[in-house]
Amino acid sequence: MKNTLYNKDIISIADLSREELELIVAQAQSIKKTPRPDLLKGKIIASCFFEASTRTRLSFETAVQRLGGTHIGFDSGGNTSLGKKGETLADSVKVINSYADAFFMRHPKEGSARLASEFANVPVINGGDGANQHPTQTLLDLFSIYETQGSLEGLKIAFVGDLKYGRTVHSLAQALALFDCEFYFVAPPELTMPEYLCDELRQAGVKFSFHDDLEAILPALDILYVTRVQKERFDPTEYQHMQSKYVLTADLLHSVKDTFKVLHPLPRVDEITIDVDATPYAYYFEQAENGVYARQALLSLVLSEESV
Amino acid sequence: MTGRKLKVEAIASGTVIDHIPAGMGIRILNFFELTKQQDRITVGLNLKKSTGGKKDLIKVENTKFTKEQAQQLALFAQDATINVIEDYKVVEKFKVTLPEAIEEVLSCPNTNCITHDEPVSSTFYIKEQQDKVALKCHYCEKSFHQSFFKELV
Ligand SMILES: [Zn+2]
Repeated sequence: MKNTLYNKDIISIADLSREELELIVAQAQSIKKTPRPDLLKGKIIASCFFEASTRTRLSFETAVQRLGGTHIGFDSGGNTSLGKKGETLADSVKVINSYADAFFMRHPKEGSARLASEFANVPVINGGDGANQHPTQTLLDLFSIYETQGSLEGLKIAFVGDLKYGRTVHSLAQALALFDCEFYFVAPPELTMPEYLCDELRQAGVKFSFHDDLEAILPALDILYVTRVQKERFDPTEYQHMQSKYVLTADLLHSVKDTFKVLHPLPRVDEITIDVDATPYAYYFEQAENGVYARQALLSLVLSEESV
Repeated sequence: MTGRKLKVEAIASGTVIDHIPAGMGIRILNFFELTKQQDRITVGLNLKKSTGGKKDLIKVENTKFTKEQAQQLALFAQDATINVIEDYKVVEKFKVTLPEAIEEVLSCPNTNCITHDEPVSSTFYIKEQQDKVALKCHYCEKSFHQSFFKELV
């Protein structure tokens, strides 16, 4: 496969073609099977967290080191001179990008990664820009789905929880829309999929439906993607009522497909009970581990012309 | 009123913007800062349309709209027509069309958008969905109906 990702910025999942998504998934699988501690040899990656995100940072920096690269950077904008001295992001990027071969960043404002990519000479990888995009999360989700189902094509996938504010759900649905999947949306009316996204899916000819009863749809599914509902969005009684309706417990999983898997971007609170962990359907911890492979795949494709 | 039609004086040269939805005329004047120029402007508000309903109309002397301005005009008045007048005659007449993108003039309604802190000008991509127009920010990727822009209301 030709590597069209070489030297490319990875800002938004919508920038990636179906072929590019497949290339990343294939590369992740290959690296998971055969570690490649040589692919980033001699490369320095800037890891710039203008906003703290321990999971993403650890996963990303592990990926750099597993490929034989080194990283420089900082883990919270507030603790560096960058935020404090009032320097613009544009100026920070111009300076940092002269030290590194690639720039991985997380920032609290939407659009920050796109902006950074316009001021950087090296590839920029978005590790989350405010409430907007978090493409490496989507890539590890796709990899986990591919790994467990053997394909991304024609799957039945349910999303449950906070579908309104959950950017991981939005990006994953947009990516899977390229693979002829069918979606089931399970959420309280206050947290349902935003209309503009439904419009986009409709225009792309994607089949989707809305549901209230999680148990009823489980037997049809290949993947259940659970997200956390933030308690703060509800008053306590409302939250309890809602919670009881959308929580996944082991006894709901009595007639699911053998290949069925439960995914969750983590951290989980109480939307998946602990008894689910012991079932063969739980895949969320492997999914988190896959984050390292997906990020290795992305880094290696962006920084070297050849795919493995 | 004696006449059934409001007569708006003819202009020697300039631009007549016709078929503006009633109520949008003033917004257009403000947005394009037409009143800041010294040229004479005639505005007709709530004029009767031959097809029924009401419209606004703007005549600006000695002013030509650029293609870019004509496209921006479509954000307010999708069915407007622009008549270019020379020597009291209409020498060119065209319907406005929405541009693919609009640069610089709009500020992103998303207060958490990076464009508010940085040395960049905005870009919005325009998408027509059925009868709605949505503007999508190049940076924060959020889509907004035109009523969300302070420059357009
Ligand atoms: Zn914006």
